[in-house]
Amino acid sequence: MTTATAPTPTAAHARPEPAATSPSLARLTQVELRKLADTRAGRWLLITIGLIAVAIVVVQLFVTDAAEQTFSAFFEPSLLPVGLLLPVLGILSITSEWSQRTALTTFALVPRRERVIVAKLTAVVLAALGSVLVSLVVAAAGTLAAKATGGAGAWTFDWRMLPHAAVFQVGSVLLGAGFGLLLLNTPLAIVTYLLLPTVWSVLAAMIEGLRGPARWLDTSYTMGALLGPDVTAGQWARLGVSLVVWVLLPLVAGLFRTLRREVS
Amino acid sequence: MIHVDHLTKRYGPHTAVDDVTFRCEPGTVTGFLGPNGAGKSTTMRMICGMTPPSSGAATVAGRPYRQLPNPGREIGVLLDASAQHAGRTGRETLTLAARTMGVDRGQVAAKLDLVGLNATAARRRVGAYSLGMRQRLGLALALLGDPRVLILDEPANGLDPEGIYWMRGLLRDYADRGGTVLLSSHLLREVEAVADRLVVIGGGRVVAQGGKDELLAGAGTLVRARDQHALRLTLDRAALPATAGTDGGFVVRAEPAAVGQAAADAGLVLTELRPAGTGGLEQLFLTLTAGASTKEAVR
Repeated sequence: MTTATAPTPTAAHARPEPAATSPSLARLTQVELRKLADTRAGRWLLITIGLIAVAIVVVQLFVTDAAEQTFSAFFEPSLLPVGLLLPVLGILSITSEWSQRTALTTFALVPRRERVIVAKLTAVVLAALGSVLVSLVVAAAGTLAAKATGGAGAWTFDWRMLPHAAVFQVGSVLLGAGFGLLLLNTPLAIVTYLLLPTVWSVLAAMIEGLRGPARWLDTSYTMGALLGPDVTAGQWARLGVSLVVWVLLPLVAGLFRTLRREVS
Repeated sequence: MIHVDHLTKRYGPHTAVDDVTFRCEPGTVTGFLGPNGAGKSTTMRMICGMTPPSSGAATVAGRPYRQLPNPGREIGVLLDASAQHAGRTGRETLTLAARTMGVDRGQVAAKLDLVGLNATAARRRVGAYSLGMRQRLGLALALLGDPRVLILDEPANGLDPEGIYWMRGLLRDYADRGGTVLLSSHLLREVEAVADRLVVIGGGRVVAQGGKDELLAGAGTLVRARDQHALRLTLDRAALPATAGTDGGFVVRAEPAAVGQAAADAGLVLTELRPAGTGGLEQLFLTLTAGASTKEAVR
């Protein structure tokens, strides 16, 4: 640590041309994807999400009737617990820049902050889609295991489930990212995100007048419809409204906040 | 390369930076001096687009920082060495930056080597780094894109004396090759060995700036007598503005000849009489920024 060797920095003027092009969004997204997994906390969050999907399938192998051990039966239950953790991934990807103060480096390299935010959102959406793939793979493994252990092991699957699952997980991760971007504080964002469904159910139980709006605004209710193959037009409408309120508005407000916020 | 024009930053009624103007030219090291809380960091953050100024503007390489397409390739920035993710390794921290800037991956190892972080240190997580190691990592990060401008906030903090000596050499060499360096410090001694120009800030205002030699020359005369008390009276009687120096003598804002004459007229025995040089600059620094540091405690 105390080397006093003669320094030989690269000649400041010898470089032919400074790279005058901004880093592309694809490159920034790659960097953000890497950031999701290059810290111990991030890596464990991803591993936990994977392990939960596996655990759910293993539990299914033991508790469900042999005749019901189909591909669909393995796939669907894994979505909900994974969807519970994905928002945490979305929150951390945004807020860790502030809690760990890496925003100082990130925005020094990419001063157009909106590009960083877009790259982050793209990265977590890709991670959410990746989680659906993991659910598929784990469900397939579960089906094979079921067949080997005397279960039905039928490959029945309603393909409409797949886009629904994708929307569910992307919605979940963006829900977290929106909270993170708006609040820019890890514990605050996680607590708010976790408490929100409870607050809705408590309020709706206490106040009669809130039951109607809750069906349009409570995301745990509106997104729950996506966990099956059939989603009605009314359910899509309610889902859309709740996502605009809880995802789009926080994202837009949070983007403005991030653009204007002083980094120190 | 760095143009700062009338930068001002107000936080409510408090003015952190007040109408600061200076320039940094290629081939020079500019020392940005001031006590803690004088507004150095705020000014540097405004230059780098981290803090929106209340008024005024700053450009680097002819453009506002936020309009630079790939700033890492033009300006190396180290605003706070502690602002790194504690869970990332040193190498990973540089790799992320290299990918963002589109710098060849080989540069990561090269820059780690340059700042004296060996392979073992590079594999450790930044959370386990000492402040000195973080400064080295921050310097590697700033140098990663081979920029022509360096903006470093208190880079010597936490470095051991040998590390400070090493960094001086690196920055001097960098400037001699045509680079522009702006580095801040609250310690005059730390900066005067490497800087060509000084910008002294106190209470948010620039209180002195210019070439180091020029500021040294204007720093007055150091005088010491066998009878310090009589000397003080003599200087007062001759209306020569004097302040007690850090090591017993007086620093007088006058030519040595005038001071010597006054002493001779009073029949005093002088033990020292010379241009104040660095001691005078330190005195200047202390007097110019006096009061500013007490405000810091309140802030």
